[in-house]
Amino acid sequence: MAFKFVLLPTDALLYLLVVVAVIYGMYAARHEHLRAPWRQVRRNPVAMAALVVLAAYVATGLLDSIHFRMRLDVPGAGHHQAIYAPQVRSVLDVLCGPLRKHVERTYSAPFALRSFTPQMVRLPGGQRVLEYPRLQYGGAGIRTSTDRARDIALRCLRATGETLALWVALVCAVVWWRVRHPGEFMRTAFVRLARGATDTPWRTILVTLAVVILLVAAIVNLGGEYHILGTDQVGQDVLYEAIKSIRTGLVIGTLSTLVMLPFAVAMGVMAGYFGGWVDDLIQYLYTTLNSIPSVLLIIAVILSLQLYMANHAASIDNIAQRQDIRLLALCVVLGVTSWTGLCRLLRGEAMKLRNMDYIQAATALGVRSRSIMTRHILPNVMHIVLISVVLDFSGLVLAEAILSYIGVGVDPSMNSWGNMINGARLELARDPVVWWSLAAAFLFMVTLVLAANLFADAVRDAFDPRLRTS
Amino acid sequence: MIRYIIRRLLYAIPILVGVNVLTFALFFFVNTPNDMARFHLGIKRVTPQAITEWKIEHGYNDPLFYNARAPGIDKLTRTIFFQHSVKLLVFDFGQSDSGRDIGYDIRQRMWPSLAIQVPTFVVGLAVYISVALMTVFFRGTYLDLGGVILAVVMMSISMLFYVIGGQYLFSKVLRLVPISGYDTGLSAFKFVVLPVVLGIVSGIGASMRLYRTFFLEEAPRDYVRTARAKGLSEIRVLFRHVLKNAMIPILTGVVVVIPTLFIGGLIMESFFGIPGLGAYTIDAVRSQDFGIVHAMVYLGAVLYIVGLIMTDLAYTLVDPRVRLE
Repeated sequence: MAFKFVLLPTDALLYLLVVVAVIYGMYAARHEHLRAPWRQVRRNPVAMAALVVLAAYVATGLLDSIHFRMRLDVPGAGHHQAIYAPQVRSVLDVLCGPLRKHVERTYSAPFALRSFTPQMVRLPGGQRVLEYPRLQYGGAGIRTSTDRARDIALRCLRATGETLALWVALVCAVVWWRVRHPGEFMRTAFVRLARGATDTPWRTILVTLAVVILLVAAIVNLGGEYHILGTDQVGQDVLYEAIKSIRTGLVIGTLSTLVMLPFAVAMGVMAGYFGGWVDDLIQYLYTTLNSIPSVLLIIAVILSLQLYMANHAASIDNIAQRQDIRLLALCVVLGVTSWTGLCRLLRGEAMKLRNMDYIQAATALGVRSRSIMTRHILPNVMHIVLISVVLDFSGLVLAEAILSYIGVGVDPSMNSWGNMINGARLELARDPVVWWSLAAAFLFMVTLVLAANLFADAVRDAFDPRLRTS
Repeated sequence: MIRYIIRRLLYAIPILVGVNVLTFALFFFVNTPNDMARFHLGIKRVTPQAITEWKIEHGYNDPLFYNARAPGIDKLTRTIFFQHSVKLLVFDFGQSDSGRDIGYDIRQRMWPSLAIQVPTFVVGLAVYISVALMTVFFRGTYLDLGGVILAVVMMSISMLFYVIGGQYLFSKVLRLVPISGYDTGLSAFKFVVLPVVLGIVSGIGASMRLYRTFFLEEAPRDYVRTARAKGLSEIRVLFRHVLKNAMIPILTGVVVVIPTLFIGGLIMESFFGIPGLGAYTIDAVRSQDFGIVHAMVYLGAVLYIVGLIMTDLAYTLVDPRVRLE
C-alpha cells in the first residue's frame, strides 16, 4: 500500500459523533414530535444559511480528520518491509498541497511579490544593498504589479465562471428535484424558488452556497500562485494555517460537550429521579466542581498533564499524537468544567417529571427504575440536552482561543486560531503593521462562531417548550 | 438571616475540603513529587541527590498522608497533604516554588485586580441594563432589530480581538492612553480606563441579549399595562417597574458572570501589564509553579461561594417575597 491509515483518538471520536448524528437524524425523521421542531428550523432562512456555512466548516474538518502516513521509497528496503513517513498527513493536506508546500522565508503581505522584511544583498560588484527579496513562490513568474493585477483579475474571472457553472447546475438540480412533486411545472417551480416562496428557504440556501463555492473556487485558483492572506514569521501560508485550524475549533466545540455528555445526563436524571442521598451526593459533586472557576481548573489540569507528558515523553512517538492527546485532554477538561450546568438543568427537569402521572403509573405497574429513567424520563429531557450542546459550541470555540493565549490550550505546535492570535499579538506593534495573521484568525473564527450562534438560536427557539407556548 | 448565613458558611466547608482534595489529587497523584522535581530541574541535572534537595527545599520531601517516622501529632502534620492542603483552609498559602510568600503576594496584587474588576463589573452592569432596556423601548422597530443583530455579531467576536484591536487603536494610533503598565493612587486612572472600557465592550453583546429576554418576559405583564394606563411615561415604566421585577433573573445571571470576570482579569492584566492576580496566575502557569496555582484555585473557590451567598442576600433586597431560612 502507498499509505498507512492513522487513527488518532479525536478522529475516532469525530467519526463516532458523525455516526451518532446520522442515527439521531434517522430517529428524528420517524418521530413527529422531533420532526415538527426540526421543520421549524428548516423553514428559518437565517438558520439554513448558517447551516450551509457550518456544513462547509464541518466538511473541511472531516477531510482534515482522515489521517495517514505516506510510504517512503527507500532504496534497498525489501517489499516486505514498508517504511512510512514519520509525518501524519490528512486528506486536506493533500488537497491543499501547494498552500502547505509554498513556504517562504519570513513575513510577506497578502498577494505580495516581494518579502515584507528587507534583506542585505551583495551585488556582483561587492557592494551591499538593502532590498526586499523576491518571494520564492508568491506570484512566481509574475514580473510587475500590473502583470499581477491582470493575472489576479483573470484568475478571479475564471473562479467566477467555474462558480457560475456549478451553481447553475445546482439550481437546475434543485428545481428539477422539486418538480418531481406532483402538479408542478418546471417553470412555476423556478419562479417560486426565485421569489423565495418555497417552504424550505431554497433561495437563501442557494445564494449562501454560491458565496461558499465562490470562495473555494477563488482559493483554488489563486492559492497556488499567491499567498492570499500572506505568510507568517516562519514563512508559512496564513490561509493554510487558518484552514487547518478549523478542525481544532470543531473538535473543541463538539467533543468537549460530548465526552462528558453521557455522564452529565446519567447524573442529572438520577439525581432528579431518586432524590435523597443520591441527589445530595451528586449535588455535592457538581457544586464542588462548579465552585472552582473553570479557567483555574483548566490551568491546574493542563499543568498537571504537561508535567505528566514531559515525564512520559518516551511512550509518545510522534508530534501528531502528542498534539492529539493534548487536544483530547483539553476537550475532557473543558467538558468537566461545563457539564455541571447541564446536570443541574436535567436534575430540575427530572424532578418535575418524577411527579407526572405517567411516571407514577409506570411505577405503580412495577416498571423498574432503570427502565423508567431510560424509557420515560430520558426522551422527555433530550431537548434540553440538544439545546445545551448546540448553545455550548460557540462558547467553547471562543474559549479555545483564550486558553491557547494563556498557554494552557492546545499544543503550541498545533494549528489553532488561539495559537495564531497568540503568535500575532506582537505583530501589531511592528511598523508597518503586520495585520494579516490576526485578520485571518478573526475572519475564520467570527464566521464559524456567528453561524453557530445563529443556528443555535433557531434550534433553541424550535425546541424550547417555554418559548413555544408564549 | 444571620442563622442562614452561618448555615451557608458551614455548608461551604465540605465543598472547600472537596476542592482541596481534588486539587491535591490532581497535583500529587497524577504526578509524584519526584516527577515535579525532575521537571523543574530539567533533564540534564537529574540526580537522585538533586531531586531530594529540590524536594526538601520546596517542602515536598514528606510522605503524602502519613509520616510514620515523625513523633506524636507530627505523624499527621508533617505530610505533604497537611503542609500544602490543610493549611490552605485557614488561608495559610505557604511559599511558591520560587520561594516567595504567596499570601503576601496575593495581598499586594489584590488591589490592581480590584481596580479593574470593580469598575468593569459595576459600570458594565449599568451599561448592559440601560442598553437592553433601550432596545426594549424601541422594540419592533429597525433600531431594535439592528441592536439585536449587532449584539449577535459582537458576541461572536473573541474577547482577544477587542483587547488587541482596542490597544492598537487607542494606545498606538490615537495615543490617548499608555499601552501598558500600572501606577498606584489616582495616576492609575489612565492605565485602568482602557482595560475597563474594553472589558465592558467585549461583554456587551451577550449580556444585552440576555437581559433583553428578561425584560421582554416582564413586558407583557399586567402591572406594566396598569402602569402605562396610569399615564406613566414609557421610560419610567421600563426603568422603574420592569427593571425592578427583572432583577431576580439578572442577579442570578450576575453570579454566572463572576467566574468569567476572572477570565477577563487574566487576559486584561496580562495584555496591559497590570500587576494583579490574573497576571500572577498566568506567570505561575508559564513558570509551572504549582504552589501558586494551588492557592489561586482555592481562593477562586472561596470567592465563588462568597459570591453565591451574596447573591442570596441580594435576592432579599430586591424581592421582599424572598425569605431566607
